[in-house]
Amino acid sequence: MKMGLASKIWIYFLLIATSAFVFFPVLYAFMISFMTGPEIIQGKFFPESISFENYSKVFSRLPLLSYLLNSFIVSVSVMLGQLVVCSLAAYAFVFFKFKGRDFIFFLFISTMMIPWEATMIPNVFTIRKLDWFNTYQGLTLPFFALAFGTFLLRQHFLTIPKELHEASQIAGLSRFRFFWRVVLPISKTSLVTLGAYGFLTTWNMYLWPLLITTNQSVRTVQIGLKQLQSQEIATEWGVVMAGVIVVIIPTLLLLFLGQKQLQKGLSQGALK
Amino acid sequence: MKRVELIDVSKSYDKQVDVISNINVTIEPGEFFVLVGPSGCGKSTMLRMIAGLEEITGGTLKIGEKVANNLSPDKRDLSMVFQNYALYPHLSVQQNITFGLDVKKMKKEEQRKKANEVAEMLGLTEYLDRKPRELSGGQRQRVALARAIVSETPICLMDEPLSNLDAKLRAHMRSEIRRIQRSLGITMIYVTHDQVEAMTMGDRIMILHEGKIQQIGKPIDIYNYPANPFVATFIGSPPMNLAKAEFNPSTSELVIADELRLPVPIDEIGKLPRTSMTVGVRPENLYPITPETKAEDVFHVEVTNVEILGNETVFSFKLGGEEWMAKWSGQWHIDIGDRMPVRMEFESLSIFDEQSGELIKGTIDYGKYVKQQKVSP
Repeated sequence: MKMGLASKIWIYFLLIATSAFVFFPVLYAFMISFMTGPEIIQGKFFPESISFENYSKVFSRLPLLSYLLNSFIVSVSVMLGQLVVCSLAAYAFVFFKFKGRDFIFFLFISTMMIPWEATMIPNVFTIRKLDWFNTYQGLTLPFFALAFGTFLLRQHFLTIPKELHEASQIAGLSRFRFFWRVVLPISKTSLVTLGAYGFLTTWNMYLWPLLITTNQSVRTVQIGLKQLQSQEIATEWGVVMAGVIVVIIPTLLLLFLGQKQLQKGLSQGALK
Repeated sequence: MKRVELIDVSKSYDKQVDVISNINVTIEPGEFFVLVGPSGCGKSTMLRMIAGLEEITGGTLKIGEKVANNLSPDKRDLSMVFQNYALYPHLSVQQNITFGLDVKKMKKEEQRKKANEVAEMLGLTEYLDRKPRELSGGQRQRVALARAIVSETPICLMDEPLSNLDAKLRAHMRSEIRRIQRSLGITMIYVTHDQVEAMTMGDRIMILHEGKIQQIGKPIDIYNYPANPFVATFIGSPPMNLAKAEFNPSTSELVIADELRLPVPIDEIGKLPRTSMTVGVRPENLYPITPETKAEDVFHVEVTNVEILGNETVFSFKLGGEEWMAKWSGQWHIDIGDRMPVRMEFESLSIFDEQSGELIKGTIDYGKYVKQQKVSP
């Protein structure tokens, strides 16, 4: 497509303006994390000098490293759990024929309509009865079955020609080996998409870890951030923002690494 | 090499209406057997029933000497080539070919040796490391073929394997598949909707229509003696011309579509039904006239369409509301609207019973024998 210079300039101006608008809070947080208290109150945008004082304060005030590790363990386990559960469920919905399959699938999908907050209280009771407070399984297990993930993978599995299944039946592949050796490798992009989605949502989760953790043993970073705010009478925003920057680094890394696959995976379902 | 036997096989999806019924056929070891019919006639379903991908709801399927109705596909000792090839997109050509061997836990070394042999046979050696999406349609087809061959099963099923190829490649692959089948002696069951493929490839062909067998036989016998009007119009291009006809006893003439009168030889009169009948004549049996032609054999038609193909000329005309076609060899400069004299012989007519559609009289055998030393004009 050919564009005139004027329209090109206009489009790039719009793109830059909107991205600056979207990115401003993060950028501002990044700037604040280097400022001293008086500077923040003056409402400056650029710090006078780059100081890492806030960062060292964050690490001394909170067991941030252990929180990061907890978050990482929880996020990775939820991601893996979702991948296993959703892909197996989607496989059954696509490649097995059984009575009422479509009905069960739509029932499954309709649970997407129920807000997570509505099921939270019963879940908390369940976890308490299991005595899973302050445990990793309490933090992760309720999130393994994900209707959205099953839906996403099912849509991708549906694009796999049924002849591949038949050809592998003739070759003598068992159902599980067909799943493992053909379906999963073909659906790599969707799996990466779902994995990244699962990781990020778990990493950013706040309410559930707050309910489930009562001490520091398995507490995650998002709660740590909240703790920074309420510990003092006057919140030291520089320290909080330093914590925020540390916490979003893994998220950004994941985004940069998986960007291409993510785009591919999300658009693939839409196009086909 | 194994025999495949279908005894009274039928298939129904809703337990009420049979989409396929009364299939009785024995496919001999090493035979190239073609299932042909228009789309929706049940030929693919039948193939899939043999493969074990569809359940058989009635009758018995025997593979070799064993009843195979409830065997799983991999226990039936067969390979299958699909219309869309069904190659695994994430595997290389080599891995695609050896996929089945890998499943059977054959040693890697042996797998590679076999893959190389088959690749050599099909001219795929330089593509072994490529992915299927990097291949052309013809090459993908060959990979699918290689995958079937490498498994060394005695039976191979093919479901319209050539329909995604262009005309030239299709003609080439036809002879290629035939050659491989002969040299390996595989029992081949081949599904197609293309009557040219059926005629050129099959040792025997079965014509299916609406789930019922219309005729089984050698291609040339089916061409010469079609069992009913459906087969007559399905096999042959252009199709056989059909029209209603009646026998007039007083003049001993056959009146075709109330227009044409054709004298009937005296010894043939007894074989004709008293009532009306359907007559058919192949386009190539409508001849141009020669000086020796008797006047009573000639009739005139008004040409409605002309196709000059270089080596032959096909023109059509209307007869009794149907479009008839005549095929003359050579190039004829005919214009639309011309009145053309055409000659027809009683010998070359096929006559079908009006009600049952059964063949009453076939055409004479035009085979110009070479081995039996019959002299051709």
